[in-house]
Amino acid sequence: MPTEILMPALSPTMEEGKLAKWLKAVGDDVSAGDVIAEIETDKATMEVEAVDEGKLGKILIEEGTEGVPVNTPIALLLAEGESEADLDAAPKSAPKPEAAPAASAPSPTGSLSADAPKPPAAPRSAPGVAEMPDDQPDEPEVPAGTEMKQMTVREALRDAMAEEMRADGDVFLMGEEVAEYQGAYKVSQGLLEEFGSKRVVDTPITEHGFTGVGVGAAFAGLKPIVEFMTFNFAMQAIDQIINSAAKTHYMSGGFIKCSIVFRGANGAAARVAAQHSQDYAAWYAHVPGHRVIQPYSAMDAKGLLKAAIRDPNPCIVLENEILYGHSFDVPVMDDFVLPIGKAKVEKKGKDVTIVSFGIGMTYAMKAAEELAGMGIDAEVINLRTLRPLDIDTVIKSVKKTNRCVTVEEAFPTCSISSEIGYQLMEKAFDYLDAPVLRVTGKDVPMPYAANLEKLALPNVGEVIDAVKAVTYTA
Amino acid sequence: MQAEAKVTGDAKGPKAATSKTASDFSVEDYRRAYEEMLLIRRFEEKAGQLYGMGLIGGFCHLYIGQEAVVVGAQMAMQERDQVITGYRDHGHMLATGMDPKGVMAELTGRASGYSKGKGGSMHMFSVEKNFLGGHGIVGAQVSLGTGVAFANRYRENGAVALTYFGDGAANQGQVYESFNMAKLWSLPVVYIIENNKYGMGTSINRASSTTNLSQRGRSFDIPGEQVDGMEVEKVHAAVERALEYARSGNGPYILEMLTYRYRGHSMSDPAKYRSREEVNEYRQKHDPIDHVRKILLETHKVSEDEIKEIDKRVRDEVNTAAEFAQSEPEPDPAELWTDVVR
Ligand SMILES: Cc1ncc(C[n+]2csc(CCOP(=O)(O)OP(=O)(O)O)c2C)c(N)n1
Ligand SMILES: [Mg+2]
Repeated sequence: MPTEILMPALSPTMEEGKLAKWLKAVGDDVSAGDVIAEIETDKATMEVEAVDEGKLGKILIEEGTEGVPVNTPIALLLAEGESEADLDAAPKSAPKPEAAPAASAPSPTGSLSADAPKPPAAPRSAPGVAEMPDDQPDEPEVPAGTEMKQMTVREALRDAMAEEMRADGDVFLMGEEVAEYQGAYKVSQGLLEEFGSKRVVDTPITEHGFTGVGVGAAFAGLKPIVEFMTFNFAMQAIDQIINSAAKTHYMSGGFIKCSIVFRGANGAAARVAAQHSQDYAAWYAHVPGHRVIQPYSAMDAKGLLKAAIRDPNPCIVLENEILYGHSFDVPVMDDFVLPIGKAKVEKKGKDVTIVSFGIGMTYAMKAAEELAGMGIDAEVINLRTLRPLDIDTVIKSVKKTNRCVTVEEAFPTCSISSEIGYQLMEKAFDYLDAPVLRVTGKDVPMPYAANLEKLALPNVGEVIDAVKAVTYTA
Repeated sequence: MQAEAKVTGDAKGPKAATSKTASDFSVEDYRRAYEEMLLIRRFEEKAGQLYGMGLIGGFCHLYIGQEAVVVGAQMAMQERDQVITGYRDHGHMLATGMDPKGVMAELTGRASGYSKGKGGSMHMFSVEKNFLGGHGIVGAQVSLGTGVAFANRYRENGAVALTYFGDGAANQGQVYESFNMAKLWSLPVVYIIENNKYGMGTSINRASSTTNLSQRGRSFDIPGEQVDGMEVEKVHAAVERALEYARSGNGPYILEMLTYRYRGHSMSDPAKYRSREEVNEYRQKHDPIDHVRKILLETHKVSEDEIKEIDKRVRDEVNTAAEFAQSEPEPDPAELWTDVVR
């Protein structure tokens, strides 16, 4: 029976791709290791190498086809002794490996809601729930009627850097693979071409060293953007980030300035296990002397990264690999900058306040949508900045809803959630009708196994349960 | 590619009387090396295939092309010696004799994997085989391996810690902090730098001010040599000498293995930073497995049939491992909470 060649998964987060080009034609001999096709993922164009040998019998997916799901048969390979007549004997669809719950490519979004109880389909405004008249989220930086453009978080970050580099010759980018490779996650795509190797600098794998070099350059007046391939590797450099960057302005009595951005992917990606999956929000937010930003949408990413580059202080920008590929509306403006330290009400509501940030917002928004179907009108706050924390916006909301649930992927102990819970107790105790509940990652290092990883992360169902508990509707 | 085994550094090198040469490699050694290298090659090809099917997730760094390094080194080791490395670790595990079934089952995240499915490709360990990981943070294993050597000296157990790292890792600061301590305290450690010419997409020339990594120990007075890491007998001889040196109380020794990885850095690397011609040059002219096969056939007149028999045995073993790894259950959900602390 001919062997099926399946659409391969080419990255930890890939679910589908474009079959860009066939490099072998029907009838061609194929030996193991031959490049047979090119596939485009959202990050890169990859070559697909043959694993088995034989003759290409039939092409099932024509080149140019977009959105081909991982594991779809794309061609049939004839083994020695087989002929075209055998092609019909090929199984109709890919054999699903048995007892393999991990068989489908890791699905970052799928895992969010997989455990959530599915509510019965209900109209968005359930009976009895009055539609809020001012349902439009506030975004004072965007004048009414501004044109919007869809872009990915990845593109928004790149545009933010490019715009600031055009505007200020002291801004430069340094990090591993940022220049020639175009970024390990393709965030710096095109920057080397536009700004040259003086301003887009590939570093060796020496985080502690190049972070110190960046901080020193900032002491000397430049405005470095230091990219960490992921924030897991910033642990090598945390001494320079905290002891050198964050404290020197204070220690010098205000004489030494350190305008620097530390940015990169933070938090869990997909199936990369404990050493590569950690949200450092609380670690950095703990420390005075710098600002900590965790964007959720492309709008957040664009407006806040630009603000961070301009800010005279060290700024930690915690991005997320899974969000890099998500698309959002971004205002088309000459110079769109968001204020650091200001949260955004992403969705207005009156029954409960859900506070989150970064990728946690994906659970929060999905939960709010499902809760609406159950007649619970949630207000969702996107913190955007974690230090300084915009607790006023949270308090204002809680004064209205009297209930609060926080959502984040990090460990629960000493988390951003802990801080919000404490500050609400301190500043809004009399307005609370229920204890503040938090939905977080589980208090364990991130496991690799697909089923355990899913359990370790928060999910939409847990957010809904927490909301039901604080609204006493469970 | 043809690096002479040249010892430099001010410390005295291994004594000539005890020094082994590549010509000591017997036909039996070649047979064993062939089978072990082929096992790694086929295992990695299978892992790549399972990754493409979504059965393996996350990062998966294949060892294809570098097989002679771990196999040659392992053949020179004593049972009490330890191995520690980074995330490109499947080859090291198979070479230490860890069960391919358990390694593959870890790759698919199953309960019977070496880390019960909790660690994945980059994080496996075997106390029984003295394999201490499997580490995801570039360079971290260098200090850890030095610490294992510290324990060896402390216990006076005669063991040497083989500490592997890449050309990219060779620029991390903790490498040099470790070198200093290792020499200062005469720790029994052999540093094996697997120089495959690239750290992810950055060639060694773009990352390192000096590219002869074997000389990176000079300011600590640690001797080092470059070795042709595509020829298993040369690797074996060099490691045997280095182990002897470290075991007899002389302190650390550095071996820079000149090698090459055929595949991308990890599964998601489009590898646009090097030409297909460059890859083919190594594959076709310097393949470590072809090299051994040729010696077996031509120099030692081993029959084609015997080679085919080994090929088949290896294929069967890998297929068995792959089947095992797909049919074993995932970890019990309760395992989420175990092993955090004891
Ligand atoms: C501290 C740290 N920084 C960055 C990374 C991301 N990373 C993983 S492997 C790698 C390249 C390492 O190259 P090399 O040491 O030559 O080993 P090779 O992959 O070639 O075996 C990088 C940059 C990491 N895992 N840890
Ligand atoms: Mg390398």
